[in-house]
Amino acid sequence: MTSAPTENLHRLPGGLRLPGFKAQSATGEIRDVPIPKTLVLPVRQHAGSAAQPIVSVGDRVMRGQPIARAEGDFSTGVHASSSGTVVAIESRPIPGREAVEAACIIIETDGRDELWDALAPIANPLAATPDALLEAIGKAGIVGLGGAAFPTLAKLRHAVDAGVDTLILNGVECEPYISCDDALMRNQPVEILFGTRIMLTALGLRQCAIGIESDKPEAWAAFTEAASIEGDDRVQLVAIPTVYPSGGEDQLVYLLTGREVPSGGFPSDVGALVHNVGTAAAVADLALTGTPLISRIVTVTGEGITKPGNYRVRLGTPIADVAAFAGGYTEHAKRLIMGGPMTGVALTDDALPVTKACNCLIATGPAVRTSFEPERPCIRCGECARICPVRLQPQQLLRAHRYGAGDTLDGLGLIDCIECGCCDLVCPSHIPLTQSFRDAKLARRIDVYERERAERARERFERRQEREQTRADAQAAETKRLKQGANPDAIAEILARKRGAPDGDDD
Amino acid sequence: MDIVSAIAVLAGIALVAGLALTLAARTLKRDADDVVERINAELPQTQCAQCSFPGCRPYAEAIAQGEVGINRCPPGGDATIAALARLLDRDIIALDASLPPPAPPGVAIIDEERCIGCARCLPACPVDAIVGAHQFMHTVVEDLCTGCELCIAPCPVDCIEMVATDDDSERAA
Amino acid sequence: MRFEPALSPYLRPETGVGAVMREVSLALVPAAVIYFFFFGFGILFNIALCIAACVGFEALALRLRGLPVVTTLSDCSAILTGVLIAFALPTYLPVWVTISACGAAVLLAKHVYGGIGFNPFNPAMLGYAFVLIAFPVAMSSWLPPAIGDLDYVRPRVFERLTYLFTGSWPAGLELDAITRATPLDLVRTAVRDQLMLEELRSASPMFGDFGGRGWEWIGSFIALGGGWLLYRGIIRWHIPVAVLAGMLIPATLDSVFTGGASGGPGFHLFSGATLLAAFFIATDPVSAATSPRGRLIYGFGIGFIAWVIRKWGGYPDGIAFAVLLMNAAVPLIDHFTAPRILGRER
Repeated sequence: MTSAPTENLHRLPGGLRLPGFKAQSATGEIRDVPIPKTLVLPVRQHAGSAAQPIVSVGDRVMRGQPIARAEGDFSTGVHASSSGTVVAIESRPIPGREAVEAACIIIETDGRDELWDALAPIANPLAATPDALLEAIGKAGIVGLGGAAFPTLAKLRHAVDAGVDTLILNGVECEPYISCDDALMRNQPVEILFGTRIMLTALGLRQCAIGIESDKPEAWAAFTEAASIEGDDRVQLVAIPTVYPSGGEDQLVYLLTGREVPSGGFPSDVGALVHNVGTAAAVADLALTGTPLISRIVTVTGEGITKPGNYRVRLGTPIADVAAFAGGYTEHAKRLIMGGPMTGVALTDDALPVTKACNCLIATGPAVRTSFEPERPCIRCGECARICPVRLQPQQLLRAHRYGAGDTLDGLGLIDCIECGCCDLVCPSHIPLTQSFRDAKLARRIDVYERERAERARERFERRQEREQTRADAQAAETKRLKQGANPDAIAEILARKRGAPDGDDD
Repeated sequence: MDIVSAIAVLAGIALVAGLALTLAARTLKRDADDVVERINAELPQTQCAQCSFPGCRPYAEAIAQGEVGINRCPPGGDATIAALARLLDRDIIALDASLPPPAPPGVAIIDEERCIGCARCLPACPVDAIVGAHQFMHTVVEDLCTGCELCIAPCPVDCIEMVATDDDSERAA
Repeated sequence: MRFEPALSPYLRPETGVGAVMREVSLALVPAAVIYFFFFGFGILFNIALCIAACVGFEALALRLRGLPVVTTLSDCSAILTGVLIAFALPTYLPVWVTISACGAAVLLAKHVYGGIGFNPFNPAMLGYAFVLIAFPVAMSSWLPPAIGDLDYVRPRVFERLTYLFTGSWPAGLELDAITRATPLDLVRTAVRDQLMLEELRSASPMFGDFGGRGWEWIGSFIALGGGWLLYRGIIRWHIPVAVLAGMLIPATLDSVFTGGASGGPGFHLFSGATLLAAFFIATDPVSAATSPRGRLIYGFGIGFIAWVIRKWGGYPDGIAFAVLLMNAAVPLIDHFTAPRILGRER
């Protein structure tokens, strides 16, 4: 394994240097949160269609047993995080940007944590066929563990079809506060490298770059050391400058390869495949022990938590249990953020469960921005455009969205906005730009949908008009023909025929 | 004499400018069809005839001719009025008070228990959203129904009802 | 345990409009001090009056529009407009002229269009142009700097105050005796009379090492203030560099080709409102272009048009009109200079 010089990197056209806030949690230690009494497992912890439950109330389940099956191509399954009994399958509040309820499988744990006996490690993972590997990953419920929770199977399949040649491992973790990937890289670099090699070999990829942010020297050292055990010539370590949002998928592809992911497209469109380091570790774990995705590392941090750090949590554990194990809340805890401070979600209740998408929990005080500051008009200072990593012009997007020119939003690149939140931070008028763009995206989707519907109705109406017109024309022609009167010769012929058949036999 | 020549010059400029503008207005006429298309594109295509025209396109044509106001479309509501006002550089006015107020979005549903298969509703639907035939069960294809309510009147057994749908944010996502 | 909901992002923005406007105003304090040193208390009086007038008109407009007065005023934009107008106007003007300038700036240039953020024209420059055209005599009455060897009559404080409030000088003082042509005026006359600039400079004590005496010092301190704003990231380099390039490149070429018979780059740089425009006026974000390339074009246009007006136009200093003309071109410039979005062709 080699390391690449930083001069070969391309430069992100924007981004911000943010304070890290990682020191408190990045101790390198990972502690296991005890198994809770109740596990609440939503059937949809990923982007895509919800999984279908395959257990019923009253069933006894073991750790690692599949309890919900993937539904369709863009979906993945759910597994029991510990042994116990299914006590309910019902609608419960789930963590997310909106307060919604969704179907969850609730398991009452028995404390024995017994392993399911049908777990299947991958035999000879480095020599496995792509199909065997993909099938195993699909069955294991593995999703992208960087927070977006994209079903890994769907992503890999798409990548194989598109013929990618470069694998990129995302160890950047650019958002402040979050340090779970750092902890994983420091503790399990061998697993990560092993998982990388499995993906490389099984999918026939040429090369791999592992991007690590420059503020993680311990992780870098851990990897360099691990390379002596699991090194591979195709794998290269690359130091990424500490600029947010270098860890965004499209951004990392551009930084490392200079290729621009096309608007509305995916990295596989430019021959790249990006995975979080945690996903690679999960693949390694699956290959070695057959364990599906039933736990993940969560950074629990912020001034509102007594013992900030990284914790391994069984999926479905209520956040309250995790917080309690992390020493409980301090008097500063006013807000609970799932994810990072730039892209995360402020949860209202800590009874919500930890899901596959939950990479960080920040309990924080009012030192964090409030939404109640007076918003001033945009003064067109252009700072937002200067730091936009996608080179959009947020001030123009805001104007188009708010002052009625919605149809120009597509040309201005609204759908390319990655909602990183950089523009909000530099705006002197304190305008909630990122939220406006989320609203604008929804409004555009609705508008496009309604226009398509109207267009379809118009087409059907016009075709119907044509049809009616044709029918009316034919009718008129027929009537005209009849009204014109019959041919006098023909009448004479008929009369003659009639006279020739006096018994009234009509023809 | 200076004032006379000044007046003459200004009058001459005004005359030339006026002639040039008239010429331009005559020769660079806006394509009539194009205007009707663009007006029609802003209408919701419900084809309900509440505007008193037999469909959205005839209404668009009438607007293009200047015969009728832009405020006669209840399903389009204020949004359509605003869009038409911007397109045609006219004032934004309130929906014509003589028309029924805009109904909430909805689709027609046929109660299959009561449907007698008379097929009277089929020709009434302006977008052919009702599937069925004489003596066969009729049903409204929800995706194609524009909510125009024209099928309700012809039904002799009153088996068609309007059911409100959620706003499009769910369906669009 | 329940928590407060909120929308991401959850970090605090670094700056606010009020802080930015205040810092820009403060960056002009060194220049104001030097101005006072050379030209008397007029500048301080002007600054105070302009701030009061601008804030007063802004409060009135907000009240009439039904907007929250104190919250909106706290963005300090009216204060900054006042300070800029004070620097642009001659130091001794009847108070009604100064107040008219502020009224035009705040009411005509800003609130008629919807308040801050919506004005297409630079408020300070519109105010200046308004009084330039409405009160031409008063606006051409520039006092010379208080440098010992210049031969002229220096009015005393009481006489100056009388002029400020009544518009007329006390008996015995002639306007011609007190005011002098500005260096820009002198150069125009000289060029028309086909004098070489070198002769003019050695002949007139109004000229210092670069531009007009006193004015060069003020210009230098304005540039220092501008440099501070650049360092702090409150303004970016595009507009100042472009304005200076737009003015100095033609000026240099002109000076070279006419063999010194017209104002050279050093002269133009330190005369009139060049430096003020480059760092403080053209950089008004609301009325300027918004994309980086657009800002370069915008700034260059201002510098160039100002130079053209100075050379051939009817006014000695063309900055105000140059700025207003380029403001009108901003939507066009923005349309054609939008940056290419990552992942798209255009």
